Amino acid sequence: MSVIGQIGQWFDRRLQLASPIREVAEHPVPRNTASWWYVFGSAALTVFLLQLVTGILLALIYVPSASEAWSSLQALNHDVTLGWFIRALHGWGSNFMVAIVLIHMVQVFLFGAHKFPRELTWIIGVFLLLMTLGMAFSGQVLRFDQDAYWGLGIGASIASRVPIAGPAIVKLMLGGPIIAGATLSRFFALHVFVIPGMLIGFVGLHLLMVIKLGINDWPMPGRVVRRATYMTEYHELTKKEGAPFVPYAIWKDLFFAGFVLLAVAACAIYFGPFGPTGRPDPTIIQSVPKPDYFFLWLYGLLSYLPPSMETPALLIGPVVAIAFLVLLPFLSGEGEKSWRRRPIAVLTVLLIAIILGTLTHLAGYTPWSPHMNAWSGDPVPERFLHGATALQREGALVFQVKQCRNCHSLGDLGGQRGPALDSVAVRLTQDQLIRQVIQGGGNMPAYGKNLGPAETTALVAFLETLHPAGQAPARDAARDTVLRDSTSHP
Amino acid sequence: MPNENTLSRRGLFMKIGIVFNGLVATALAWPIVRFLFSSVTHASANGYLSWVPLGRVGEFPEGETRLATFRNPYVMPTDGKTVETPCWVRRIEGEQFQVFAINCAHLGCPVRWFPQSGLFMCPCHGGAYYRDGSRASGPPERGLFEYPYKVQDGMVTIQAGELPTPGSPTASLFGNKAPCAAQNVLISIESKLSTSSETSAVAGGTNT
Repeated sequence: MSVIGQIGQWFDRRLQLASPIREVAEHPVPRNTASWWYVFGSAALTVFLLQLVTGILLALIYVPSASEAWSSLQALNHDVTLGWFIRALHGWGSNFMVAIVLIHMVQVFLFGAHKFPRELTWIIGVFLLLMTLGMAFSGQVLRFDQDAYWGLGIGASIASRVPIAGPAIVKLMLGGPIIAGATLSRFFALHVFVIPGMLIGFVGLHLLMVIKLGINDWPMPGRVVRRATYMTEYHELTKKEGAPFVPYAIWKDLFFAGFVLLAVAACAIYFGPFGPTGRPDPTIIQSVPKPDYFFLWLYGLLSYLPPSMETPALLIGPVVAIAFLVLLPFLSGEGEKSWRRRPIAVLTVLLIAIILGTLTHLAGYTPWSPHMNAWSGDPVPERFLHGATALQREGALVFQVKQCRNCHSLGDLGGQRGPALDSVAVRLTQDQLIRQVIQGGGNMPAYGKNLGPAETTALVAFLETLHPAGQAPARDAARDTVLRDSTSHP
Repeated sequence: MPNENTLSRRGLFMKIGIVFNGLVATALAWPIVRFLFSSVTHASANGYLSWVPLGRVGEFPEGETRLATFRNPYVMPTDGKTVETPCWVRRIEGEQFQVFAINCAHLGCPVRWFPQSGLFMCPCHGGAYYRDGSRASGPPERGLFEYPYKVQDGMVTIQAGELPTPGSPTASLFGNKAPCAAQNVLISIESKLSTSSETSAVAGGTNT
């Protein structure tokens, strides 16, 4: 026997792990599950391991102190050899992990893997998703910059809406009365100890159950899951057309895992690390905070919910969503597994994907936010001033100076919170324009107190010129009649 | 074989051992829970709020709104810049002030003051407030949070120390105003309508 073999035997006599490991590696899986569709779980685990390694490396330099975190990140980016690369790997790793976990979840759901007997595997998977999101949020906090600072404020504002316990939850979350040193320290503890510890435990359970219960068989339309018969059917399937997991199926997992790691590294090299953005100094108020990619949909949703709906939606929404996900295997624990026979499931996934995708896309350019510098920075297109009277030009000035431009665009420049005003004169008559300017309404502030009569006149005179050439401005037919009557009958 | 109903000596010791560990765990749990919730209990025991000076009255011109900063009264050694807190100070006239929190009443983003249009605007979701802090438009359900203030020996002093959030007890202390401008506007709208229909009006009138 070779020396290596002898050393191996010496260890195994004491550890006694060789045979259980061989048993796990060679456990039979249904042949058709050796598919490229079954690689996302192992890919998520691979990225998680990458996050563990890069996270430990970052902790060698990072200082979890509100006064020094930002500077230590700058040191990582600029001073420490390849610090930027490790930060970029960790940042892109987190994006990939959230994405892969979601893809894995969708695949598992569409393949009916949440049904009997894998209910608990699914439920633990739901908690793994929540922990992944928890890691993503707490990781964003550790990148202690302006986005992190104001992001915590958003988190605190949401938490404070919980009835009765709200204020206590906020202080527990912040570790004090304001976002400060204690806040960063506790998010560090969550991100580095608490959530990863739970993740490791839950991933262990998740994998254990995959091995004990067997990987979900490829869903065949018409092969219906019944509690009474499923286990025997599955065992026959693995006995009849089973193949050992190693090497029959694992090579695809290995290839995909390598490909994902390569993709993370490529993104890290090409795009570099995330931030940090500005120093976390609350007195710098010229800040436009935005959450990281995976929470942009929530940022968008918070803008579109009607004010009265917001608190109930924020507090009840997540509870209902999580409860639904946890209860799902009990609501549909049996029956068809194949997506071909589950149109509602497919439509639900599509609907959720479209909603999340649309909100994320919108949050990319935030049409609901005023452009804070549009009034002073964006020019009034020449065509709107050509041949204008002095009064109309004065109106254009009022339009800019009173920050109307922050919410209304002209010639595609300016805010998008309110409607574009390029052809507003076609939509509103003179009286309607005056009323809208002075009284506001429909999500526009009232300017009555901040515009003098002369300013209003000039502004409305300018707005009345905003109509396409050859299209007459709107006018109140009744008013013409009244004016004509009053002149003909003095 | 021992009877099922009888308790062996070792069985008894095991049970005593479990009870003993339970007692120790309970005794240890008390300080752990107190430590964990200290940021909550501190608020109800001593409170985080205290009076902090913002500056002399003369530093705030009448009829204007200025940015002021103060150091949060509760400080930890590792807080760094985060304890420097900004706020908007509006001096109405004389010693009559309004001091607004920087945090939008929607989700806490920093609102900016635009003196030309007399509006506070939030960069996050487009919340807007009038000069008196009342809600103008957007997702906020209420007006800006206001700090209680007093003028003492010529200094503007505010009661501060907690992050104002929609659910905080201080938020209700800071008052919840209905939109104010709409009421006044309706009264003045008719006069403005008649004025502006006279097209000979001179542009560049006074800012009311």
